Amino acid sequence: MKIHEYQGKTILNAYGVRTPAGRSCFTVEEAVTAAQELGGEVWVVKAQIHAGGRGKGGGVQMARSLEEVHQHASAILGMTLVTHQTGPEGKVVKRLLVEEGADIQREYYLGVVVDRGAQRVVIMASSEGGTEIEEVAARTPDKIHKITVDPVTGLTRDQAQDLAARIGLPDSTLDQATDLLVALYRTFWETDASLAEINPLILTGNQDVLALDAKLNFDDNALFRHPEFQELRDLDEEDPNEIEASKFGLSYISLDGDIGCLVNGAGLAMATMDIIKLYGAEPANFLDVGGGATTEQVTEAFKIMMRNPNLKAILVNIFGGIMRCDIIAEGLVNAAKEVHLNVPLVVRLEGTNVEKGREIIADSTVKIVAAESMSDAAGKVVAAARG
Amino acid sequence: MAVLVDANTKVICQGITGHQGTFYTEEALTSGTKMVGGVRPGKGGTRHLGLPVFDTVRDAVDATGADASLILVPPPHAANAIMEAIDAQVPLIVCVTERIPVLDVAQVKRALDGSESRLIGPNCPGIITPGECKIGIMPEEIFRRGRIGIISRSGTLTYEAVEQTTSKDLGQSTCIGIGADPIQGMTFADALELFMADPETEGIIMIGEIGGTAEEGAADYLRQIRGSKPVVAYIAGRFAPPGRRMGHAGAIIQHGTGGAEAKIEALRGAGVHIAESPYAIGDTMAEVLV
Repeated sequence: MKIHEYQGKTILNAYGVRTPAGRSCFTVEEAVTAAQELGGEVWVVKAQIHAGGRGKGGGVQMARSLEEVHQHASAILGMTLVTHQTGPEGKVVKRLLVEEGADIQREYYLGVVVDRGAQRVVIMASSEGGTEIEEVAARTPDKIHKITVDPVTGLTRDQAQDLAARIGLPDSTLDQATDLLVALYRTFWETDASLAEINPLILTGNQDVLALDAKLNFDDNALFRHPEFQELRDLDEEDPNEIEASKFGLSYISLDGDIGCLVNGAGLAMATMDIIKLYGAEPANFLDVGGGATTEQVTEAFKIMMRNPNLKAILVNIFGGIMRCDIIAEGLVNAAKEVHLNVPLVVRLEGTNVEKGREIIADSTVKIVAAESMSDAAGKVVAAARG
Repeated sequence: MAVLVDANTKVICQGITGHQGTFYTEEALTSGTKMVGGVRPGKGGTRHLGLPVFDTVRDAVDATGADASLILVPPPHAANAIMEAIDAQVPLIVCVTERIPVLDVAQVKRALDGSESRLIGPNCPGIITPGECKIGIMPEEIFRRGRIGIISRSGTLTYEAVEQTTSKDLGQSTCIGIGADPIQGMTFADALELFMADPETEGIIMIGEIGGTAEEGAADYLRQIRGSKPVVAYIAGRFAPPGRRMGHAGAIIQHGTGGAEAKIEALRGAGVHIAESPYAIGDTMAEVLV
């Protein structure tokens, strides 16, 4: 789960990570009031969307007067911001963060992630702040410093101080930076984050170390123990089909092609997408109905797929293990009755209770093309889509 | 011979009285697995499916001499269940539960260091030596005892490889689903080592997918040992878009790593035969196994 920068900063502040003072705003008037209340002479107006690269897209502007705050807030609110992370369609900006301007002397990078190689939490830091860390990693990998954290001890102050010194923070700021790193790690651990990124971390003219930006993502599997994060979710930032799917415990991702896929298991679902590509066509979606799907879930899965106007055919590929083929078959028949099935449906069933599943399909009035194997199924669905 | 589990393996189920625990314990009993008991705190001293139920893993091990545990406990409690099994020094722990918070698994992984236990999973279908022992949720009927070892990160895609090796009359020695979470117990390399040493296994199938570097780790291991047994691999997700999580926490191309092409290249470099499509896994193995 992703949240906005201003929400991430509020959480980080509560753990003791310092940021510039700021307010979130939904209207131009709120933005001007926020600047007035913050005081000072320079403000930054920042678009709040769940994507990086906002500055390059024109979503972050500096204001030197309240008039300029008004101007920038008017321009940014409602704009469609296109960045390298939004895709070409962009995101409409509905929220702003107005912050006091910071006197930036130097920029650094901090990131906390679960490192699959180390099988532990790793803190990454670099003197090259403000740019994409992937670019730094590609060009100058020696400028990324990493510390692996033992889950029993957590991040120690010695480790934190060593890391701060390695990226070149001045000696006089090392205590502050150590506090900030320990607080950042605690935030990551205690909120069950999957990513905590500060890019840039800044050193100000007054020798303060502050988080100028903040990106916090949470582990979806741990949300059950953080009910307070529910209200941070911004549904405007998510694909409505994916939201609908997640309500029914389905894992759905919209793609650009025209062949709908309904599969059980993420691995088999990816393999099904691969095979459609190998047959020269494009999948319209990734859809994993999971291990223990019910008839209701399968019906909903069909409804979601069929909302796609580009859909030309559907391939159902089920290998029944946990998921029994008769359950899938019942779901298919029910779904086909409930929604107006206006595209060809190719079904390949294999595994537990496969005979029962095939009987249910054969006995129904639904028009289904049966396939024997994955290759047979892919061939048939691609042919069907091409009419 | 087979790998890790056979007809003598004594198995308990943690979470035996639950819906899933009941279903898969019954299935294991039907398949001939030596189930010897179960664990459910608060129900110690009762019986379920004809098996004794214990309050703790320690009690179960003391009373039954169990050497493996099947964990079918809901996600909020699953990591604690694994910890309890590690604490009771159960040699083989199989955790099927999916959607366990990753930081919980990080603590489990730490507890495994220097312990007596080996963990398969979490988020995996388990392990089976056909005809002898099944600890997990795979559909028994598609397996046939034979000479191919299968290691897989995926659930249902594993069954695909099983079905193909069965229909090609190759059969399986043991099949291990290692799971697909970002942090996990047994790795590809661990499982390869076991199969390389097993006389019954003549060829090995690896099913990988996008995300992480487990397949690259397997390639490194294979390059070092220069094993004599042929290895066939299929990697799912060649056409998955970067930055999108494909269904479960492990399957994502991120920060320039985890892409299928790099994995395929690393495996080819280690002498692994790549199945280009999921339906060619069995054929590829049949060709290289002479």
